Amino acid sequence: MLARIGHIAYNTYREAVRDRVLYNLVFFALLLVGSTPLFGQISIGLERIVLVNLGLTSISIFGTVIAIFIGIGLVSKEIERKTLYTVLSRPVRRWEFLLGKYFGLAGTLAVNTFFMAIGFFAALLYLNHAFGRSDGQLLVAIYFIVLQFLIITAITLLFSSFSSPLLSALFAFALFFIGNFADDLRGLAGILKGTQHWLVMGLSYLVPNFGAMNVISQVAHEQAVSGALVLQNSIYALFYATAALSAAIMIFERRNLK
Amino acid sequence: MNAIEISGLQKSYSVGFFRKTEKVALKDLSLEVHEGEIFGYLGPNGAGKTTTLKLLMGLMFPTRGWAKILGKDIDDPLVRASVGFLPEQPYFYDYLTAAELLEYYAQLSGVPAKERGARARKMLERVGLAGSENTQLRKFSKGMLQRAGIAQAIVHDPKILFLDEPMSGLDPIGRREVRDLIQELHDEGKTIFFSTHILSDAETLCDRVAVLNKGELRGIGVVADLLADSGNKVEVVWQGSAATAAVCALNAECHTTGEIARAIVAKTMLDAAIDAIRRAKGNLISVTPVQTTLEEYFLKRIEQGATAGGNAKADSAVLEVKT
Repeated sequence: MLARIGHIAYNTYREAVRDRVLYNLVFFALLLVGSTPLFGQISIGLERIVLVNLGLTSISIFGTVIAIFIGIGLVSKEIERKTLYTVLSRPVRRWEFLLGKYFGLAGTLAVNTFFMAIGFFAALLYLNHAFGRSDGQLLVAIYFIVLQFLIITAITLLFSSFSSPLLSALFAFALFFIGNFADDLRGLAGILKGTQHWLVMGLSYLVPNFGAMNVISQVAHEQAVSGALVLQNSIYALFYATAALSAAIMIFERRNLK
Repeated sequence: MNAIEISGLQKSYSVGFFRKTEKVALKDLSLEVHEGEIFGYLGPNGAGKTTTLKLLMGLMFPTRGWAKILGKDIDDPLVRASVGFLPEQPYFYDYLTAAELLEYYAQLSGVPAKERGARARKMLERVGLAGSENTQLRKFSKGMLQRAGIAQAIVHDPKILFLDEPMSGLDPIGRREVRDLIQELHDEGKTIFFSTHILSDAETLCDRVAVLNKGELRGIGVVADLLADSGNKVEVVWQGSAATAAVCALNAECHTTGEIARAIVAKTMLDAAIDAIRRAKGNLISVTPVQTTLEEYFLKRIEQGATAGGNAKADSAVLEVKT
């Protein structure tokens, strides 16, 4: 079982790293991260803040774009090209296939983030000539970005298990956008009353709370991130991704592959 | 033991905007395939052949009925370790090389790591792709992809092979090679279930065939028996036109070319036809039993089905008869 999931994950990773689109995206991300010291020079005394904000936001946005654009094709492309038929006609369970696909893409994103993080820290070193103590917090921000990728990949896989690639991409981007304002939704629910209050409150808990995982501004200003938040976000991401994957598996297990 | 048992298998879909109309893709299919035989599954395009294969492979779920492969329910994924499947017009991961593709499928089928590389190379050689091991599949022609498809279906040495239109997209030489390969696999003791609408392939290869049309089974049996059932006519050829009128009067189908006449008569009328030729002092040249082809049998079953369904119009079955 684990071996089959591993083989599918490795094949998914291999597909992603042999795709030229991925290299284009990573190249642009690295270019943006690498050029952040130039933006810093415009704002005297704020170089580090600008670099951290711009660099980490680039890693987050490019990673999300990669997660969604590769994620939407993970299942639909396999059905469209019938490659899934030759996989599922072997002793492979449908949930093993989905988990393999998920871990393959998650692995791809982790590797990409690693390389983009190297680019980011190189730019930081170029600017400051040395790493400070507070720079360790940047790793926490990057860890939170990876947690966001794990959630967004699971959501994309959920949508792609029953919807077309275009709609899956639209749904996933919309959810990513709304998720960044989950706290604001809760604030809105607070000033609403009756049914509207409960509807907006329910929605704010249903969408992924990416706002709580965005500590870029905080670490840019060299503020520490609490251990409690790290634990809370880790558990939240684990539960959210597991729930989204479970829903994807439930739908995919019943799907007729026409 | 039966390699495949199918009982009352049915698949229907809800179609239309409100999904209130039910479309039956496969209706109450029951058949058995014996171990070690080549079983041809025939039918025009849209007959339900691919639907049957998808149901057997667990890619679709039946509305009713059940099926077993090697005595195990098709829902059991472990049974698929003994099964090889070639979908119609296969398309594989084009970023992989042929050897990587086969190794990947061997991994998924549980082939031990030590054997995978050698097995992949051997299978590629067997399907005529030796030398293309390290070529990415995106550079393969349609015929090469079909061969790679057959190689992936046999890489784990399955007991049963399900092949959906295995000869489609191949040139005459390729089709001949695939036919020979299927025969070789059969000689090794494998059970082969293949769907086709190319009747000459089925006639050459199959021990038994089933004819399917519009989701319903129209006929099943040993090829020779099916053909013998309808082969009750003989062709009589003689010289001398004087006997033509008398022979044609026996409800025969007559053709005359110069002094040579030819008539197809029922076996029961053969003696009467020969007597008529002798009386007219004709010179009898030959008497040959008419061998009904699988194509004729197929068309007859399809037309019978159409008539039974209240549709007198000939079925618009798309047939391909190649040699």
